Amino acid sequence: MAVLLLGEVTNGELSVDATAKAVNAVKGLGDVTVLCAGSSAKAAAEDAAKIAGVAKVLVAEDARYGHRLAEPAAALLVSLAGDYDHIAAPATTDAKNIMPRVAALLDVMVISDVSAVIDAETFERPVYAGNAIQTVKSKDAKKVFTVRTASFDAAGDGGSAPVADATLADDPGLSTWVSDQVAESDRPELTSAGRVVSGGRGVGSKEQFEIIEALADKLGAAVGASRAAVDSGYAPNDWQVGQTGKVVAPELYVAVGISGAIQHLAGMKDSKVIVAINKDEEAPIFQIADYGLVADLFQAVPELTQKL
Amino acid sequence: MKVLVPVKRVIDYNVKARVKADGSGVDLANVKMSMNPFDEIAVEEAIRLKEAGKAEEVVAVSIGVKQAQETLRTALAMGADRAILVVAADDVGTDIEPLAVAKILKAVVDAEQPGLVIAGKQAIDNDMNATGQMLAALLGWSQATFASKLDIDGDTAKVTREVDGGLQTIEVKLPTIVTADLRLNEPRYASLPNIMKAKKKPLEEKTAADYGVDVSPRLEVVKTREPEGRKAGIKVGSVDELVSKLKEAGVI
Repeated sequence: MAVLLLGEVTNGELSVDATAKAVNAVKGLGDVTVLCAGSSAKAAAEDAAKIAGVAKVLVAEDARYGHRLAEPAAALLVSLAGDYDHIAAPATTDAKNIMPRVAALLDVMVISDVSAVIDAETFERPVYAGNAIQTVKSKDAKKVFTVRTASFDAAGDGGSAPVADATLADDPGLSTWVSDQVAESDRPELTSAGRVVSGGRGVGSKEQFEIIEALADKLGAAVGASRAAVDSGYAPNDWQVGQTGKVVAPELYVAVGISGAIQHLAGMKDSKVIVAINKDEEAPIFQIADYGLVADLFQAVPELTQKL
Repeated sequence: MKVLVPVKRVIDYNVKARVKADGSGVDLANVKMSMNPFDEIAVEEAIRLKEAGKAEEVVAVSIGVKQAQETLRTALAMGADRAILVVAADDVGTDIEPLAVAKILKAVVDAEQPGLVIAGKQAIDNDMNATGQMLAALLGWSQATFASKLDIDGDTAKVTREVDGGLQTIEVKLPTIVTADLRLNEPRYASLPNIMKAKKKPLEEKTAADYGVDVSPRLEVVKTREPEGRKAGIKVGSVDELVSKLKEAGVI
């Protein structure tokens, strides 16, 4: 049994956290080969080789893989698929774009957001915004799936896997990259941050979101938002924590002005310590918070920022 | 240009899903069902393209149980021109997998020849986030997923996508498949006169067998269970108490 794992490479850099968590999820299934693809990918491949449990690294360095386009990446994975029983990736937006395409090209069903690997055919995954956990058994010859990284610890380092060039696949040439608008930020990345401070509809406006950001900066935390805050235009969508956004599991999660809709809880309830600050003492967020403070956030949050 | 919009009948967004005691699935009997919220955004975008003179016809299609015709009537009331219902299951608890849905949609696309397919990025029941990508694969088309902005210009579409870390803009040749993310638009509510008018719009009924597609699942659902609960902690009375508790817990 062998596993092909698509490493998360952005602008030539490996997301070690996401990739190492996915390695840990799949390493029981067989020898793990990590594929690093990008317009520059050699450095990422060197980093992937150091992850404990990786047997081999394949590198596909070419401009066609440089902008996260699904069609060339899927074509590459399909061309390599013959040697593997399992084809997996951390469930990032790139992988969610690419992996279902790979599965359909192989005529197999994709298994999205795997939260536990039971055996070579059987997987657990959350459905209904995390309100239910389904165990599914795949009848397909190859299993194509994405891994919910928040459900797994990262594999350690200390590996020294050999790195080889992958044979490139033809570029279907169906789409072209135009531009990226990457939010400039010195803050940690949301899904791998050790601390997250999130604001909800209670924050009231985009301007007032600054008090959330100030607390986050004091804590060295990433900033998150509820779907209600994103819908209301207070925060950008890539801050969204929840079933339709990002799933996080930091050491400390501070929910400010967030009522605790089910779809939000699905994205953060695996956090180690949860703090909720909300003026409504009936808010459902208090049912899962380790420490709840019933208070006006506009007084409590600046005070907390000052006292930390 | 014709725009095809697949819509799915799912548990209403505001209803909490409950796992059946025997672990056989989620209880959908006597539960309010609605159009998948991301599909509403897709329908809205298609109608806006028609209103802007960039599309001539909007066709909604739903695959599932017979009751999905209510979902299609909602799409028609919002402004879709006609609808196709592909009956592929008898039991409301049966979820047709994205791969089978994509195969049926491919057959519908072959018959209808749309210039654009706009789908929701994810259904809020199975949370697979797969149908659009799978349809693109089967058709050999480009895919522009998780769209927050769509501009059609002649035979190309410029699509801004929600990706980790920010936004990405790509250009794809038509025909293409776009999947709608949250911020693409705010769907309209259907007015009462439009709901009445929708009852007279054409709704064609087909079956999966008409398209020769086998919808038997590839993934056997072994069991469905409640997620592990999390116990409520304590309420603190002040910011000072919160700070000291966090210090005790060793997280600050």
